Amino acid sequence: MKALKKFYVGLIFVFMYSPIVLLFIQSFNRSKSRGHWGGFTLQWYAQLLDDESILEALRNSILLAVLSAAIAVVLGTAACVAMQKMRAKSRAVVMGVTNVPMLNADIVTGVALMLLFLTIKIERGFWTVLLAHITFNIPYVILNVMPRFRELNPHIYEAALDLGATPVYAFFKTVLPEIMPGVGSGALMAFTMSLDDFIITHFTTGSGTQTLSTKIYSEVKMGIKPEIYALSSVIFVTVLVLLILVNRVQYRLDRQRLEAE
Amino acid sequence: MSKTSKHTAMLGLPYYAWAIVFIIVPLFMVVYYGLTDKTGAFTLDNVMAIAHPAHAKALWTSLVLSLESTAVCLLLAYPLCLVLARSGKSSNSFLVLFLIVPMWMNFLLRTYAWQSILEKTGIINTALAALHLPPQHLINTKGGIILGMVYDFLPFMILPIYNALAKIDRNVIHAAHDLGADDLQTFLRVILPLSMPGVISGITMVFIPGMTTFVISALLGGGKILLIGNVIEQEFTLAYDWNMGSGLSLVLLVFIVINIVIQMLTDKDGEGVL
Repeated sequence: MKALKKFYVGLIFVFMYSPIVLLFIQSFNRSKSRGHWGGFTLQWYAQLLDDESILEALRNSILLAVLSAAIAVVLGTAACVAMQKMRAKSRAVVMGVTNVPMLNADIVTGVALMLLFLTIKIERGFWTVLLAHITFNIPYVILNVMPRFRELNPHIYEAALDLGATPVYAFFKTVLPEIMPGVGSGALMAFTMSLDDFIITHFTTGSGTQTLSTKIYSEVKMGIKPEIYALSSVIFVTVLVLLILVNRVQYRLDRQRLEAE
Repeated sequence: MSKTSKHTAMLGLPYYAWAIVFIIVPLFMVVYYGLTDKTGAFTLDNVMAIAHPAHAKALWTSLVLSLESTAVCLLLAYPLCLVLARSGKSSNSFLVLFLIVPMWMNFLLRTYAWQSILEKTGIINTALAALHLPPQHLINTKGGIILGMVYDFLPFMILPIYNALAKIDRNVIHAAHDLGADDLQTFLRVILPLSMPGVISGITMVFIPGMTTFVISALLGGGKILLIGNVIEQEFTLAYDWNMGSGLSLVLLVFIVINIVIQMLTDKDGEGVL
């Protein structure tokens, strides 16, 4: 029975990861045709560095992911703090609106924002995509941060005030460290959603601004350049390694804290 | 209200303003464009256009394919979550592996990669040929689209079901056993009913993206099978008919609203979709 369980989990794992492994292998394939192995090469990785249009799309994607996650974290966390003081009914309204981008279909969110930008005659490009990404990222931050407040002991904050701390100082010293895990996971999710988004970007960008997603979509019909496989493998491995490192450091800090206590 | 709590309340203002401008107003724009014609006069033509045979067929195909892939997701995810929810703490990091990590490989590429697995000269057919079995026509079929939907949206099914199962108090299960229930009875009468909110949440989370996608059908349907998402996308990006596109989007919104209501009725804790 135990072996069967492991086999089943393994099977789903293979299902989820086989396309990723395949893309990874493809990035080292000398042959441009997907079904045929033409020998190992690093040439796509080398050519990648000379492909200005791909690098431009990469720059846009990363800038969008970082900026939209950062702004969403600030706006979302501030909103969570404010909502603690709210009556239950108004809080339910805010949370209801917050759930809309998550429950709505991406295509409807996309066309709705597109209509907004067209109506107020803002030219679509990098900045409109950024506004759109912040909009769908804030809910991820709020939904990750809000539960942390429920576990928070409000008396510690009040004690800090009684001891003469300013509200801002008391917040950064007593509240923020406690909600930090929620802020962190919210930021990670926001970054990931922004990096992975295509549909909403597709509707809110103009002809001049490409992200990796829109670039890939426009290339699908003619066949995707192998350089894209190389770049995606680099991104995948980089983020994975970064996250493992962060986890390691976090784990070590937690252990040191436990030992100190 | 004290001065500091007034200041605290003001911290929310930027987000409230943001939500009004970028969440609420745009939805009303869809309603406005959907219910008016090019001159701005009120009309129901854009919404009624869903009855046009080509549109109705696309909507029907979307409904059927999405329902089928939702069912497959449920059948795949439930046993997986049962196993994971029982295996304790380590499964949390495992879930991250399932849900977040694959997203760092672009979603279009991941979906597109299935082409090289499914196509005529792809991995599956090469393997079949090696075994002297007849090649299968897998790409550009409805089955290919369902596979893409299952692949892309399975995580949305896993997460809520896992959360619901992990929340079940072990003592309840022990109690059932103590009272003489066997494993099957415990599952059918204790575990399954208690996990239903997660199941319903998962169904609503998978059904809508499946029903409204235009990307998966474009990548794995070979452009031959039109979903309602493809129709709407083309109205906006090819025909530039915002009114028609908005009108058809309103039809989608009806399904989405039904979905949200179901979601709210089952999510009594008000904890949201995560």
